[in-house]
Order: sequence, then C-alpha cells, then structure tokens
Amino acid sequence: MTEALVVTGTNLGVVISLALIAGGVIWLLVRSLKGKEVERRVIFGFVLIAVSAPILFPITFHEQISPVVKAVFDKIESLPAGSTVAISFDFDPAMAPEVQPMANAFTRHCFAKGHKVVFLSIWATGQSLLTSTLDTVVRREFPEKRERIDWVNLGYKAGNQGVLNVIVSDLRKMYPTDVNAVPLDSIPMLAEVKAFRDLSLILAVGGGFPGPKEWVLYVGDPGNVPIAAGAAAVTAPQLYPYYPRQLIGILGGIKSAAEYESAMVDKYPQFDSVDKPGLRMMGPQTLAHMVIMMFIIIGNIVFFRSKRMRSQL
Amino acid sequence: MKRSTYIVMAVMALLFAVSWYFKAATYHGNVMSPLVAGFMITLAAFLTLAIISFVYQDNPFYKFAEHLFVGISAAFWMCQSFWSTIVGNLIPRISTGLSKYFGQPYRDEPWNFVYWLPVILGILLLLRLSSKIGWVSRWALAFIVGTTAGLSFIRYLRSDFMEQISSTMVPLLAAGNSGESLLSNITLSATGPFVAMLTNWVIFLGVICGIVYFFFSKEHTGLFGRASRVGIWILMITFGAAFGYTVMGRITLLVGRLTFLYKDWLGLIS
Repeated sequence: MTEALVVTGTNLGVVISLALIAGGVIWLLVRSLKGKEVERRVIFGFVLIAVSAPILFPITFHEQISPVVKAVFDKIESLPAGSTVAISFDFDPAMAPEVQPMANAFTRHCFAKGHKVVFLSIWATGQSLLTSTLDTVVRREFPEKRERIDWVNLGYKAGNQGVLNVIVSDLRKMYPTDVNAVPLDSIPMLAEVKAFRDLSLILAVGGGFPGPKEWVLYVGDPGNVPIAAGAAAVTAPQLYPYYPRQLIGILGGIKSAAEYESAMVDKYPQFDSVDKPGLRMMGPQTLAHMVIMMFIIIGNIVFFRSKRMRSQL
Repeated sequence: MKRSTYIVMAVMALLFAVSWYFKAATYHGNVMSPLVAGFMITLAAFLTLAIISFVYQDNPFYKFAEHLFVGISAAFWMCQSFWSTIVGNLIPRISTGLSKYFGQPYRDEPWNFVYWLPVILGILLLLRLSSKIGWVSRWALAFIVGTTAGLSFIRYLRSDFMEQISSTMVPLLAAGNSGESLLSNITLSATGPFVAMLTNWVIFLGVICGIVYFFFSKEHTGLFGRASRVGIWILMITFGAAFGYTVMGRITLLVGRLTFLYKDWLGLIS
C-alpha cells in the first residue's frame, strides 16, 4: 500500500500538471454533462501529462511492503549465508520496465545476504537483459563478488519447459557448460548442485510462456524446491492461486517491485543511493491511475444521468 | 501519394538528421562511435514515436514501424532458433565435423538414435512446402502435439488439479498456518489470524459459488440461484482485479518508453 504521500524534491512541475489535469477534468465533466462527446485523443492527452509530469519532476513515495511480497523478502533473509539461489530472466525488452527492477532487487538482496547466485534464462531475449543486470548491479555494486565462485551465468538454453523438465533432476545434461563454455564440473560453487532440486530457492522473473507458472509446474512441485515469482502485472493474477503453497511469494507488477525496493532500503540503508526504478515509477503510476479513476467516475456520472433523463422522457 | 505526404516525410527526414547530428555530438569522446550511437538512439526514438502515433490515428509511420518490427522479429527468431536449437543443442551431439565447423565443443556421447529423431521429424515438417507429399508433415506435427500433451498432462494434473484442490481445503475456524486460536488475537492485521480466517472463507465460498455458476444441469433458482449470483460476482471481481493489473502494466510500459525519450534521447532528465 502506498503510505502517506511523502513527496520529495521540488515538484512545482507536478503541482502545475495536477492543476492542469484537475481543471481539464472539470471542463470535461461540464462538457459531458451538456451531452457533448469527448474525443478519445483528449483522454490520451491527459494520460500523457499525468505520466510525463512525475518523470520530468520526480516524486517518490515510501511503500509499505505487503505480505505476499514480504514472504519473498523474508525467505531470502532467512536462508543461511552461502545458500545457492537461482534467478531466471524469462522476459524480453517489452516486459523489462516492469520486471527488470525486480530482478535487480533480487540480485542485490541475494548478494547483500552473501548467497551464491545462479543466473540463467529460458527466453532467448532474456540473455541480453541478464547481461545488463550483471553489468549494472553485480559488477558495479559488488565488484568483490567473483564469477564462478560467488555467481555463475548459465546463459540461455532453448527448449522452453523441456529445459525445466530436465534441469530439475540433472543440470549438467542441459547445461554442460556455463555461458563462457566453462564446464560446470570445474565451477566450485556448483560442486554440490547436481540438479535444480538442490537449490535453496528459485526466483523466476518473467511473465509469458515459459514463465513463473512453468517453473512451478516443472521444477517447484516435482522437485519440491521453493519458488518465488517476479511477474509482469498482466500475468500476476494467474499466479495468485499458487500462493502460498506452490509459490512462497509473488511480486506482481511495478507496485510490488517498489515495495521490495522500499524494504531493501529499510533493511540495508547502503542501497539508498542506488537507482530504484520501481519507486521512481510509482509517481507516474499514481497520477495516471488518479486520472483514469476520474475518467471512470465522470463516465459513470454521465451514464447514469443520461439513463435517468431517458427514463423521464 | 499526395503532395502533403511527401512534405511530411521530408520534414520527418530532416528532423531525423538534425536529431542524429545533435545526439552524435553529445556522445563525442564518450563512446567508440558517436555516429553509430547517435543513429541508434535517434532511430529508437523515432520508432517509438511512430508506434505511439497510432493513438492519434493510423498513419504510414506507424505502418512502417509495425512492419519493421514484425520483419525483424521473424528474422531474429529464425536465427535464434537455428543457432540455439540446431547448432547449440543438436549438432554437438551428432557430428564432430559440423561441431568443429560451427565452433561448438563436441559432446563425446555414445551414438543415440534419439538425437536423430528430431532431424528426421524436422525434415518431415519441411515437406509441408511440397504440394504432393505435404501430408507427411502431419506425422511430425502429431508427434510434437502428442509429446507436449503427454508431458504437460502429468504436470498440470499434479500442480493445477491435485495441488489446487488441496490448497482449497483450508481451515475455516482457525488461522491455519500459524496455528493461533481465532479468539486469541482479533486484529485487522493482514497477517493476523482473523484476516487469515476471512481469507479462507472467501476462498471456500468463492470456489463453491464459482463452480455453481458453471453448473448448468440444474436450474439456477432458489439457494442454488443465489449461490450462482455470488459466483458471478466473484468472477467479475476477479476480472476487475486482472484488468487493474493490466492497466498498471501498460502504464509501466508507457513510463518506460517516455523515460527513454526524455532521458536517453532528449536528455531532459539525468
């Protein structure tokens, strides 16, 4: 839940935008009540202003973590340092604004707790986004973490759910080497990991097919491995039936990413200075949702008023 | 095309060139090739604007961006499938010579017919291009559909059927997981036993009423009809929540593109 509106920074631009939106909405309400139609482009214009203003003049809110997100946070916290955790990047650039902040936050959290991380992707497009996280988070914020000792990049493997079906019982059969063709048998951190059922936790980040649902079906349930999902908002509702038995927690959409980033800053203040796209995006989200809600209210007022007028005729 | 269309296209080309020039100038000394970096950012920005322009009305710029996206996607997935599936998965298992040719480490495994099966089925699929023996491709298609169905059946039966039924068997009078008594702590905390019990009741009644709504062998009247009405309300609330999530997702994508335009292209924010 969005806590009190703790607005930070100079936000004259946002105030002006809000005034503009409020004035425009009143004008639209009056116009609609007079029976004149509102063109859809006007609505798009309002949404554009509502989204643009907080991007150009950033506002951030403090987010209170919800139980379904807290479950993931607590799970990573509760694992003993040195546990092996997998993060799967199963998304494409179109989904990245929503789920990459989750992947970055998970990576940051795992390394802050001293866990070893296995990075992989079962989406071809996930490979480059995985590399982006390695460059912007791992190598920049955790230069002391060494490749193949503290983390390993297995890369992309074609085969969709077929890959998952195999790696749950035999990792080396599908991944004989890591992304740089180094045999898995020579990687110290994977000495004890023969299959994905040996992992302490799997963080499935994605939202399409194959995605978190397939991780539950092909790895979590048959391998009895705890799985948490970082899902695109569109697919999040389909995952809730799996919570809490088959998915220990779910991050659904950018709101959950913001909650997770907030929890990270609360627990680890050293991350206050890093980029927090989840929290950054909540300003535009809030304003855009306010505009959409106002349009829904206006639409309903006009609908019921015209219905009543028709019945009086 | 009309004369006005040529003028608009010329103006767009001019704007593109100006944007490219200024963008390349900002990269001076920062990247390997400022010209290429400037071109890529400008191209991405113009394609973004071309796609967004559809909200005004359908236009040639949108059409161009759409067709470009479809073409590049098709080419990308064809190359990706060849290199990751055929070169990455198959060739290292069946041929030393081809593995060496493609620079893949050969997997010295005993000869196995299973690896040749996809080669044969793949060739059969390509026979679809032939009008005379195209029917042979149905064998490969039948194999793919049958294998996928068989593999999925077991997983779905366990995770989406057995486990989901088990998850619906929730305690209605106790807190469940924590084992705390209901009366020991009546609070509205999301993690408290009272809310947990309410949640369990919603799951129980929601599932029962939802099933009743889809049960058409009995007329929806009386108690059964009222349960059916609750069922449709449950469904509508679920669809509403899903729609809300979708709106949030789409706004996030818009924020992502606008951030790119304002930050990476125009440099308005740091």
